[in-house]
Amino acid sequence: MALPRNAGFERAIERFLFACASLSILVTIGIVAVLAFQTIQFFRTVSPVEFLFGTTWTPLFFDKQFGVLPLVAGTVLVSVVAMAVALPAGLLTAIYLSEYAPTSVRRVVKPVLEVLAGVPTVVYGYFALLFVTPLLQQVIPGLAGFNALSPGIVMGIMILPMVSSLSEDALHSVPRCLREGAYALGATRAQTTVRVVVPAAFSGVSAAAILAMSRAIGETMIVTIAAGQQPRLTASPLVPIETMTAYIVQVSLGDTPAGTLEYQTIFAVGMLLFASTFTLNLASNWLRDRLREEYI
Amino acid sequence: MRRLELGGVRCVAFLSGLALAVVAAGCGGGERAAGSRVIAIDGSSTVFPITEAVAEEFQILSPDARVTVGISGTGGGFSKFCAGETDVTNASRPIKLVEVEACTAAGIGFVELPVAYDGIAIVVNPENDWVNTLTTEDLRRMWEPAAQGAVVRWEQVRTGWPEAELHLFGPGADSGTFDYFTEAIVGEEGASRGDFTSSEDDNVLVQGISTDALALGFFGYAYYEENRERLRLVPVDDEDDSNGAGPIAASPEAVRDGTYQPLSRPIFVYVSTASLDRPEVQAFVDFYLTDGADLVREVGYVPLSPHEYDLVAQRAQERVEGTMFGGAQGVGSSLEALLAASTHP
Repeated sequence: MALPRNAGFERAIERFLFACASLSILVTIGIVAVLAFQTIQFFRTVSPVEFLFGTTWTPLFFDKQFGVLPLVAGTVLVSVVAMAVALPAGLLTAIYLSEYAPTSVRRVVKPVLEVLAGVPTVVYGYFALLFVTPLLQQVIPGLAGFNALSPGIVMGIMILPMVSSLSEDALHSVPRCLREGAYALGATRAQTTVRVVVPAAFSGVSAAAILAMSRAIGETMIVTIAAGQQPRLTASPLVPIETMTAYIVQVSLGDTPAGTLEYQTIFAVGMLLFASTFTLNLASNWLRDRLREEYI
Repeated sequence: MRRLELGGVRCVAFLSGLALAVVAAGCGGGERAAGSRVIAIDGSSTVFPITEAVAEEFQILSPDARVTVGISGTGGGFSKFCAGETDVTNASRPIKLVEVEACTAAGIGFVELPVAYDGIAIVVNPENDWVNTLTTEDLRRMWEPAAQGAVVRWEQVRTGWPEAELHLFGPGADSGTFDYFTEAIVGEEGASRGDFTSSEDDNVLVQGISTDALALGFFGYAYYEENRERLRLVPVDDEDDSNGAGPIAASPEAVRDGTYQPLSRPIFVYVSTASLDRPEVQAFVDFYLTDGADLVREVGYVPLSPHEYDLVAQRAQERVEGTMFGGAQGVGSSLEALLAASTHP
């Protein structure tokens, strides 16, 4: 197939490609603009101090309180549980795959792990609610049907492939000469891994962990289904809570009229959510770049 | 059972929401009502089981009619209805005056049709072995706005009850059941604490209460009926012996004979008068009011009396517009008297 060879056609193609590339940026700018606009409207009525440091969140009810901390606490609680599962399991998986596994095992295990990332989150949600929670209730008396623990564990399983895959990349990119140096000094494989490879890949592993944390904070479906819908300032993973994302879903599904203060709360919460994940992603990028600078 | 499995209702609601969106998108605003044979219904999750059952039977009888039934709470349903997005809306409380105004402003006339009675069931987890009965005063202490952050443990409700957290579950602020409950128990519509697990989807509440030994919650009686092996019903004493002495448990009988007070109420569908001129909507409403009683009973609600159904059918026939309740919740008022007064002899 012969494409026209004139300069006008070239320019048209370039413009088209540029438009494609700008589209996603424009959409992002649009989203941020909408979030910011509604958030500013919200902060005209509610002071940011009250929003960020208040400890009661009941904007839909009679005694309206706009302290977002219970939602933040819910989000952090679930994310911490998820990280407690995903980080050790993911890192160990990565170490195994990068340092120990024979190629044949690696070729099977890696794609299987990535399947975990492809399971729809709604499936994880009902898995947490209808399977993991009843199972945990056998072991933990007093565990409520909606709680932070079960969705946290399931979310940990969900983000495990992300942690393991990114950490494995980081471990894998540690130069061979470092390992050989360690072996030459008489270190065993375990000593090499723990003392040389993992520390060398530390910033890459941290980048993976932070990215996974950001994914956990933004995760919506699992917590909406299985964590409950009660904003509660608590550190106990055994009682119903509500996360920032679940709150946004709850209000969007009900029919809060547009333009009201109740409606604007979801944009303020959304902005906070965006700001936190954006910061975490930036931190993660910065760490990953540092890794590249060290060895290349 | 088939209609109330966990997730099932949510799924139907979601799918019908999707169907609505497709219909709205595909037919473009005003044409929809005139051209399509789809009857779009949304609103209360309490009324949903009845309307869904009626819709199923109706579609068997008239195979070319399509009825979609969604759930967005009574308030959510009215805002869609008054925006002209739905033909019929389910409501577990009478329409409010602001909603009447919204409908009037949009040029949408409506006919208010009571379709059944419902009791609001007060339920606890089956493992709860301390609550035998509750008074309306206990309920008020648990749910009033002043309880927010203050009444958080069982022993604070009554001394002698366990020193353990109190986990409350109830319908969200868009729900007609919430409006009615707060009016009947706290004395002011919408006046409630905010620190409880709230959901517009009663299945979420059932799931929460049935898996949490420290839970107490309320929702329409039918959802208790469907899940009675997972929940325990608590009899309620209104401390007024004129309508039945002592604590009375919600049941179809107690709702019908007026002893389950103050937590019994009529529930409604509202039909747009413009939609009612379409033959399939007219046929659906006729079917609802003539053959609905059995289905009402089957899904766990209390049918109106035959005489009341006649009056309601007459109301639909005569296209009597507006509300009989003047924006109030109608706690304690007689439906039959209201119907008789508002229908021409």
